[in-house]
Formats: sequence, C-alpha cells, structure tokens
Amino acid sequence: MSNAALSSVTLSHLDWLESEAIHIMREVAGQCSNPVLLFSGGKDSICMLRIAEKAFRPGRFPFPLMHIDTGHNYQEVIDFRDQRAAELGERLIVRSLEDSMARGTVVLKSADEPRNKHQSITLLEAIEEFGFDACIGGARRDEEKARAKERIFSFRDEFGQWDPKNQRPELWDLYNARSFKGENIRVFPISNWTEIDVWQYIEREQLALPSIYFAHQRPVVRRSGGLLPVTAVTPVKPGDQVEEVMVRFRTVGDITCTAPVESDADSVAKIIAETAITTITERGATRLDDQTSEASMEQRKKEGYF
Amino acid sequence: MSAIDPIEPMQALPLEAIPDNGLLRFLTCGSVDDGKSTLIGRLLYDSKTILADTLHAMQRSSEKRGLEVVDLSLLTDGLQAEREQGITIDVAYRYFTTGTRKYIIADAPGHEQYTRNMVTAASTADLAIILIDARKGVLAQTRRHSYIAHLLGIPHVVVAVNKMDLVDYSPDVFARIKTDYLAFAGKLGIENIRFMPMSALHGDMIVERGERLDWYDGPSLIEVLETVPAVHGAHAEKFRFPVQYVCRPQDSANPELHDYRGFMGRVESGELAIGDAVTVLPSGRETRVKDIRVLAESLPSAVAEQSVTLLLEDEIDISRGDMIVKSGELPTLSKQIDAMLCWLAEAPLDPRRKYLIRHTTRDSKAMLAGIDYRIDINTMEQQASERLLMNDIARVRFKLAQPIFADPYAESRGTGAFIVIDESSNNTIGAGMIL
Repeated sequence: MSNAALSSVTLSHLDWLESEAIHIMREVAGQCSNPVLLFSGGKDSICMLRIAEKAFRPGRFPFPLMHIDTGHNYQEVIDFRDQRAAELGERLIVRSLEDSMARGTVVLKSADEPRNKHQSITLLEAIEEFGFDACIGGARRDEEKARAKERIFSFRDEFGQWDPKNQRPELWDLYNARSFKGENIRVFPISNWTEIDVWQYIEREQLALPSIYFAHQRPVVRRSGGLLPVTAVTPVKPGDQVEEVMVRFRTVGDITCTAPVESDADSVAKIIAETAITTITERGATRLDDQTSEASMEQRKKEGYF
Repeated sequence: MSAIDPIEPMQALPLEAIPDNGLLRFLTCGSVDDGKSTLIGRLLYDSKTILADTLHAMQRSSEKRGLEVVDLSLLTDGLQAEREQGITIDVAYRYFTTGTRKYIIADAPGHEQYTRNMVTAASTADLAIILIDARKGVLAQTRRHSYIAHLLGIPHVVVAVNKMDLVDYSPDVFARIKTDYLAFAGKLGIENIRFMPMSALHGDMIVERGERLDWYDGPSLIEVLETVPAVHGAHAEKFRFPVQYVCRPQDSANPELHDYRGFMGRVESGELAIGDAVTVLPSGRETRVKDIRVLAESLPSAVAEQSVTLLLEDEIDISRGDMIVKSGELPTLSKQIDAMLCWLAEAPLDPRRKYLIRHTTRDSKAMLAGIDYRIDINTMEQQASERLLMNDIARVRFKLAQPIFADPYAESRGTGAFIVIDESSNNTIGAGMIL
C-alpha cells in the first residue's frame, strides 16, 4: 500500500486531465513537422486553446488554427472564433465547404441536406493544400461508441480513412505520431474528458464562450421530440408551429443538424448543475445527424471525418 | 436475466463533491462469458451514468435480438463489426464519476489472441478487476490475465468472483476459488489481492451490497474503487523529467523573453522543488531549478504526472530527448537493455532487422541481441524460442545505437517502458518493460 504522503500529492481529476492534454499537445509539437489545431469556436476547441496556451506560452503555438466552415454556422460563433484567434495572436486558416461545392468536389444530394458529413472532403483538401501531417481536434471518447475505441493518436491513410480493426497499439504515454507523406495523424488531447469535465474546466479557467451556449429566447419548431431553431437555412415549413422558447446549445456546429435544448441556465455554474442531472447524452439531445443509424459515426470516421 | 427497472430520472450528483476528486484508471479482464460487459454496464447503470437515450438505444437493440430485458453488456459493444459478431475486439474506454472520484475504465477483450489488447489496456491502469465465473473457477485465462496485470505493474488487483447467483451464493465456492487463486498467485509474486463475490447481473456487491451475500463482510467493488490510492508506485520515486519541447520565444519586443529557455515536459515520476539541484542527461551538466511554471503561474514544486515548464539557473544546451533528473538520483545510462517484451504485430520479430525503440521522448535504432526465453502465458513455463509471434511475451536483450536513461520498470513505469516501432510501416509493434 502507498503511504499517505504520496496520496496527498495526487492531482485532482481536472489537473490530471489537463496535464495529460498538455503532454499530448507537446508530443505533437515534438514529433510532427507540420501540425494544425482545429478550432471551431465551440466549447471543446475553446478548452483546447487554453491547453495550448498552457503547453506553449510564452512561445507562439507551434501550429496554426484551422476551421472547416460549412457556411451554416451561427454568426455569434464565427465572430467569437475570429475574436479569440486575434486575441491569441495566432494564425487562423478558414477553409469553406462552399468552396469545395463550387469546385465540384462536394456534391449535396439536396440543397437542405445536412453538411456535417461533407466537412471531411474540405478537411482532406485543406490537409493536402497545406501538407499537414497532424490535425489536433477536440473530440471526446464519451461522445459516441465508435470514438470510445479510437486511439488518442489516430492514424489516417492517404484517403483520410480510419481503420478501426487496424489501429496502432497505444501504450503508456508513448505516442506514435509517425506517418509517411500524404498520410496524417488525428490527435485528440481531450479524449478522456466527459461533457461535465469540459464544463468544469471552463468554469475553473473562466473561459469565455459564444453567447449561444447560454440560455436565450429563440424561435423554434418542435419536431420529432427535438427543437429545431428557425433560421435562414432552416426556415419554417407549412404547418410548423413557431414558438419562442428559452434555450441553450450544448454543442454548436452546422445549423441544420445542431439543435438547442430548453434551459434557463444563463451561467456556467447553472449549466454544470443541469449537466449533472441531465438524462440525455450530448449527441443524443443535439445531433440530429447521429441518430440516422447506430453506426453512423463509425461510418463517417472511416470516410475521413474527424 | 433480471428485469431492468424502468428508467428513472437521474439523481442529482452532489455538486460540491465533484471538483478535485482525483482520478482512477482501472482495467476489467475477462472473456465474453464471464459477464465483464455486464459488470461495466452495471457500474455505469448503478452510478446513474447511462443516460436515457443510450438506455433506449440498448432497449431497441435488445428487442431486435429477441431479448426480453435490456442487456447491459450492449453498452460496451462499440464497433459495428463487434455488434455483428457479438464480441469485443478492441480496447474501449468508458467514463463515470461517483461525485468523489472520476473513473476511466479500459475494457479489454479476454481471448488469448488479444493479449496485446490487454497489455495495452493494462499499461495505463492503476487497478485490475480479474473476473472469474463462479461456476468455472480459476482457468488458464485467469492465470493469463493475472500474469499480464503483474507484468504491467498494476498496483492493485481485485479478483471478482462473478455469477454467484448461479452457485446459490455459496460461501464454499467462493472460498475454494480464493484458495486456488492464491496458490498460483503466490508463485507469480502477486501481492495486494482483494477477493470479492458478486453478481453483476443482479447488481450484488457492485454498487449496492444486495442481501444475498450477507456472509461476505469485505468491501463492495465501489468501496474499493473509491478508496485505493490513485498513484502508480508504492514507494517514493526518483524525479524523472524527459524534455518534450524547448520554448525559446526570442521575442524582440519583450526584453524579458530574450534569454528565455523553458524546458517543457511532464514529470514521469517523483517530485521537484524550486532550488533543487538537477543533472541534465546525456551531457551530465549540473544546475539548479530557477522556476517551475504553468502559463504565468509559478509553482513551488511539481509532482508526478504534472505537465510543467522548468527554468534553470544556468544556460545549458538542452533539447527534446534529453532528461532532467535530481542530482544524486541518476538513472542507468545504457546502450544495452534487458526487458520483458510483448510482441504486438502480425509479422514475427525478425532478429536480422533494425527497429526503432522509443523510450520517454527519445528514439534509438535497435537490434535484437537475443531471446532468453518465451513465456507460455497459460502455464507460466519458460521456453526456449528463436522467434516471437503476435501476442508472445518473452525476455529479450536489445542493442541500441544511442544510449537511453533507464530505470527498472518495476521502479518507474514512465522511464522503464518502451515501444518498438517498425520504420517501414511506422506501426507500433512491440511493448517492452526494462528489467
């Protein structure tokens, strides 16, 4: 048995998770020649920026930030994204799904088809354009079943494909970020965080968030048990009953597939209280695209999705 | 199978208790039939971690398979291929919190061909739960799991005698299994074993004690998880700081940063305070710690598993792959290593080839110098062997092109472990523990 002196210096769970994430980012910086950090303005990637500050300041980040913009994002989030990158003085690259559509590399089945799954193509095009050998992202293992088995350093072939049955063994904290030209590594420093860890970290670090994470009045339509926000890209359909409801977003992404939840939590502390007693998983509540099939995330990841 | 209660609203977690509760990583070892997935499902269900939509999805899947009640094991079947085959093929990680501690479960499959998965899962675990089916008792796989847990240096072992409901909750069956287990565990040198009877299916002795095991007066599983110390080593460890990255901002606008050299890394073991005398390897140069930083904050000391930036009194040339240690506690500087090696790749170990060994933040080319013996992990026998196949565990010797700064794995996981990389595929093909 360990003695009492040792257990008294055990890190708190947030300190441990943060320390692990810093270690992972520094491994990327140490092992990869041209990495990039994906930053969407969402809460997970906001945590990632704080971790990058703790990992590399007073130096500059050893990677640029990049956002794959579907063109269907909330303006508040886009504004926040630009403002945060400017405050940090770091380079922000934006690549747009609509450019891929104009090039003809992304073809939508219909104009109102959710665009999330097509982000993979724009991402792969950007990886090729800049020659990135590693992309750091804020995905968590608790989000989804397929993610629960993905490595922290996840190898992708030249088509960006993840092969779940042929993953590199990942032992101790000895990460293997090696790749050949054209291949790349996806790195998930907050793999081991849960939704409530993210909120507790935001509270502890007093991180600013886009306003739509907090309770606000919004016109919505109730559809198949969820709330659909009424926006320019998700207009009212005949027969829809529009209501003004107090809502907040638990996750922000493409407007057409990200739904708000009813809430009057207008502070991080209230959101933590709500998250601790919630009965629905984050993706179940808010990601309309993941419900299509039980295996939909696994399928998308095999095709190069984050 | 017992019926699952209808879905109830979640109980509020005690919020004041959530922050700063420490973190425990544990591993569950067992095969499909031991009820391992049911145990994990039970832990998550009873700790109110399974949320309503996940439970509904499990209900739908259970119905599709013609089951009358929800199969808790469905929760851990992650990938499409596994759901089709009804088996677990890779390590999956699960999370729950009790309000006083956060847990990371590594769920590793138990089949013999998946030794590499268990080795992977065990490499980061503080505690192992070894499942035994009460009807079957100690099997070859029990010995295999126990050996790997011991080899990987997991400090706490819980032997969970599951399916007690199928042996009428018999104390005699439990006592017999305990005796059998101790007989071989003693030979392996495994200490710190806790035995407990349970029924994951009925939830006895997991989170709730239940009423059918009243003859057992030890702790329930959750009581053990909540109270074991979440530290790897059982003794005061030496300070080891492999340098990951060097920060030299050379910001011309800020004179304070002109000469700034921050050595960034994670404390692998031990503890360091400002003012301590340190030695930098491989140069052997000595200096003192000027500051320990995280962002703008200056810390009086740094402890194991903490990521920090070290500033030193003297200007010394240090780069990634170097190691900072406390003076007087130097590791072994060596170009030859003796190690236990688990082979992870489909292609056998080729004694003629050069491989890459990654130890801390340092890489070196390496060649096999010899295989002393291979372990039959079912019988624990040592056998002479010319080659190693996937899932083999052996005692080997490597010759290195560059020296590494090593400690015995038994003393320090962080500086005693290494991986073997195949430069032709970039794949990780071996996991080693220095003797």
